[in-house]
Amino acid sequence: MTFDMAQFHQVFFEESFEGLDIMETGLLNMDPGAVDAEEINAIFRAAHSIKGGSGTFGFMNVSEFTHVMETLLDEMRDGRRQATEHGINVLLQSVDVLRDMLIAARDGGTPDEDRVRAQRAELDHVLADRDGDAPGATAAAPVEVAGSTSAGDVSPIAWKIVFRPHQHLMRTGNDPLRIIRELASLGELTAECDADGLPEFEEYEPEDSYLSWNLRLHDAIDKALIDDVFEWVEDDCDFAIVPVMPEGYDPAAQTAGSDVTDSVPSTPAATAPGLSLVPAPADRRESAERRQPDERRKVAPGGAGASSSIRVDIQKIDTLINMVGELVITQSMLGMLGEEFDMSRVDRLREGLVQLERHTRELQESVMRIRMVPISFSFSRFPRLVHDLSQKLGKKIELKMSGENTEVDKTVIEKIGDPLVHLVRNSLDHGIEKPEERVAAGKPETGTVYLGASHRGGNIVIEIRDDGRGLPRDKILAKAVERGLVKPEEHPSDKEIYDLIFQPGFSTAEQVSDVSGRGVGMDVVRRNINELGGAIEIESTPGRGSAIIVRLPLTLAILDGQTIRIGDETYIVPLVSIIESIQIDKSMLNKVAGRGETFRLRDEYLPIVRMHEVFGIEGHDARDLTDGILVVVEGEGRKCGLFVDDLLGQQQVVIKSLEANYRKVEGISGATILGDGSVALIIDIPGLMRLAKQQGGRAMHAMASVG
Amino acid sequence: MSTELSAAPMPDTVEAIGTQYLTFMLAGEQYGLNILQVQEIRGWEHVTRIPNAPEYVKGVINLRGTIVPVLDLRSRFKLHAEPYTKETVVIVVRAAGKVAERSLGLVVDAVSDVLVAQDNDVISTPDFGANVPTENIVGLVNQDGNMVMLLDVASLHEHRGDDTGAEAG
Repeated sequence: MTFDMAQFHQVFFEESFEGLDIMETGLLNMDPGAVDAEEINAIFRAAHSIKGGSGTFGFMNVSEFTHVMETLLDEMRDGRRQATEHGINVLLQSVDVLRDMLIAARDGGTPDEDRVRAQRAELDHVLADRDGDAPGATAAAPVEVAGSTSAGDVSPIAWKIVFRPHQHLMRTGNDPLRIIRELASLGELTAECDADGLPEFEEYEPEDSYLSWNLRLHDAIDKALIDDVFEWVEDDCDFAIVPVMPEGYDPAAQTAGSDVTDSVPSTPAATAPGLSLVPAPADRRESAERRQPDERRKVAPGGAGASSSIRVDIQKIDTLINMVGELVITQSMLGMLGEEFDMSRVDRLREGLVQLERHTRELQESVMRIRMVPISFSFSRFPRLVHDLSQKLGKKIELKMSGENTEVDKTVIEKIGDPLVHLVRNSLDHGIEKPEERVAAGKPETGTVYLGASHRGGNIVIEIRDDGRGLPRDKILAKAVERGLVKPEEHPSDKEIYDLIFQPGFSTAEQVSDVSGRGVGMDVVRRNINELGGAIEIESTPGRGSAIIVRLPLTLAILDGQTIRIGDETYIVPLVSIIESIQIDKSMLNKVAGRGETFRLRDEYLPIVRMHEVFGIEGHDARDLTDGILVVVEGEGRKCGLFVDDLLGQQQVVIKSLEANYRKVEGISGATILGDGSVALIIDIPGLMRLAKQQGGRAMHAMASVG
Repeated sequence: MSTELSAAPMPDTVEAIGTQYLTFMLAGEQYGLNILQVQEIRGWEHVTRIPNAPEYVKGVINLRGTIVPVLDLRSRFKLHAEPYTKETVVIVVRAAGKVAERSLGLVVDAVSDVLVAQDNDVISTPDFGANVPTENIVGLVNQDGNMVMLLDVASLHEHRGDDTGAEAG
C-alpha cells in the first residue's frame, strides 16, 4: 500500500506558517537583555515543530536552516547567550527567509538560494560570535534568567507539576521514572502517585503506563529547565506546570492554578493538530491576547496561494453543535407529537413550532457568523512592519491598536490588507518626524501611530492616526497649482486640498525613499477601498498629526438593529447610529426661517426627517409629530431625528446584499430577513440624510400642511 | 447549447429536439421564457417595498436567504394593472447580469405550459410600433395558431435600472 504523504502537506504548511507567526510575534515582543523564558520557549517550540515537520516531509533545506536557528534560540534559552538586539533582528530576518522557503516548498518552486545562503551565513556568524555569551557558565545561567523574568513580577516559590503519561509512553522508549528522577535532580521533589487509571489485572498490559503523578518541586527554579525535562515526551503525555506563588500574590495566578486540573484532561494530543503542544496555564494567561489571534491565523498569509479555507473560533463551532443538538431534540419532540396527534395537543404543537423556528433561525445566524473573522487577521502584521520600518527610518515609533476583535467579513479582510499597509507606511514615513525634530517641536521623542477598528454607523471604520507633523497643506496646494490641478486663483478648502493626495502620481516628498514617496499608491489605495464599496477620508492638523479614516461596508456582517415601523413597513436602523429615541413635545419644535423643521434636544437644534415622506410610504398613521416617535441618529458627524410611527424591538440581523440581485438604493445599506421570513431593509443613516436633503423641497411642502 | 440540454428529457421523437420554453399569460397574451433560465415558480406573496423604486419594481422577497427583487411584468410593459388573484404567480428567473448571475422575480397572470420550439421556428420580432416594448422580446413562436412572445431575461435585468436613471450613489 502506498502512503500518500501529500495529503498531510497542507496541514504541515498550515502549522508551519502558524509557527512562523508565533516566532515572529515572540521575537518582536522580546526585550533584548531581559529575556522572558516563556517567550523564548514558545519561539523555540515553534521552530522545533517546523524543523521536525519539514524533516519528515523531506524538505531538508528547511529543516537544516531551522536547525541553525534552533541552535541559536537554544543558547538564548539556556542563558548561554544573551539575546542581543542584533541577534533578534537576525532571527527575525531568518523567519522571513524561512517563510519564503516554506512558500517555495508549498508551491513547488525553488527558494532564493543566495538569500538563504546569506542568511545562513549571518546566523552562523551570530552563532560564532562568542561576545554575545552570557557572562558565566551554564550553571550560573538559570539564576540570571530567573532573575530577569521576575523583573517587575513576583517569582514563583515552587512548582506544581501534573504529569500523566499516555498509555504508550514506555513504548516510545521513555520511562516516567527517568523523568521524575530528572525533576528530582533540579530540586527537592515530592511526588504523589495517582493509580486510579490502573485496569483490572486481566486487562493489565505490562508495557503500558497507567499511573499519573502530582509532583511538587519545592525550589524556585526556572521553568525552562522543567520544560526541558519534558521536551522529548511532550507529545506522549499530558502535563501541566503551575507556579506556586508566595501568599498574597495576584489572584489571577491563583485562577491559573485552579485552571490546571481542568485543563489537563482536555490536552490530549487528539484535541487538534497544532494545539497539541502543552499549553502551560501560566503561559497561556500571559499571552492570551496576543496568541489568540495567532492561533487562528489564516493558512497562507497573502500571496497567490491564499487558500480558501477559514479558521473558525472553536466557540463558534461549539455553539453550532449545541444548536444542532437542540434542533434534533425539537424535531424528535415534534415527531412524537405527530404520531398520535389530536386537537387537545395543538398548544404543544404550536410551542414546538415556535421552538423549531427559533432554533433554525439561531442556527442560520451562527452559520453566517462563521464567515466573520476578527480584523486582527489583518492587524497582526503591523507590529512587525512598524518595528522594521522605524529602525530603517531611524525613528522611534510606538504602535497602538484597538478594536482588533471587530468582526469583518473574510473577503473584506483579504482585500483591505494591502491598502492598510500602504497607509501605515505613509504615516511612518511622512507623518512621524525624526526624534530630534519631535523634541524640538516639544513633542515626546517617541511618535505614536494608532490603528483602530470599530463598527460605526453600519460601517466598519478603520482609523490610522499619528501624532506626526500632519499633511503639508501649503506644499500640497503649491504642488497642485504647479501641476495644474488647481488654478492659482482658486481657494480650495482644507478638505479639498487633502483630497488631492489621492490624485495619481501626486507626491510632495522631496526625497523618494524605498518606503514611500514615489507618488504611486494613494490613488490605488482609494481605488481599492472604493472597490470594496468603502470611502476614505483625511483629517489633519499641522504639527499635531493626521488621521486617515477608512469606512468599509459590512457586506455580510452582523449588525445590532432597532426595528422600526413606518406605516405598514418595517425597517432596521443600526443600533450604533441611534443616540436615543424620544417622544416629542410641541414645545420642542421649531422652524428655522419658517421652513426647515427642527427640534430642540438639550442645547442642540436638530433637523427632523419624516421617514414616510423620504421613503414615499403610504398609510402612515402618525401624521402629527407628537403622535410618533423621534429616533435621534448620528451619521458622519451629523445628527438628525427620524420621525417614525413606532419602535418594534432590537435584534441582531444578518446583512444581506440588495445589490447582488438588484442595485444600490439610496438611503438603504442592505436588507435582512426577519424572524417571520419577510425581508426588512436596513437604513443607511448618512445616505438617508443626503436623500432627505435632496428631497428637502418636497418635504418642506408637505410640512406646510401640518400645523 | 441549450438545445442538447433540453433534448435530454424527450428523446423519443426527432421533432422534440429544440428549446423548451415556459409559457405564461400576461394581459391575455402568451409569453415564453427559456426554461433553463427559470429557477422556480412561486405564488404571489407579500413583498417588501423598496423606497423610491420605479413603479414596476414591486419589492423584494426572501428566496431561501437571498434577497430577490420582484418586477410586475404588466407594469414593466406598461399594460393596465389588474388586482392580483390566486393565479397570480411569480416566476423566478436567473440570467447573466453585468457582473454575475442575478435572480429576478416576475409577476405574471398565470403560468400556462411548456413549449418546445425549434430554433428555426422562432420568427424575429416585427416592428410593432412605438407603444410595444420590443427590446425585451427576442422572437415569436407560433403555437397552434397562438403567438408566443419569447422574452429575453437578461435585457429585463439591464433595462430595469435605466428607467430611473443611473445607479444611485
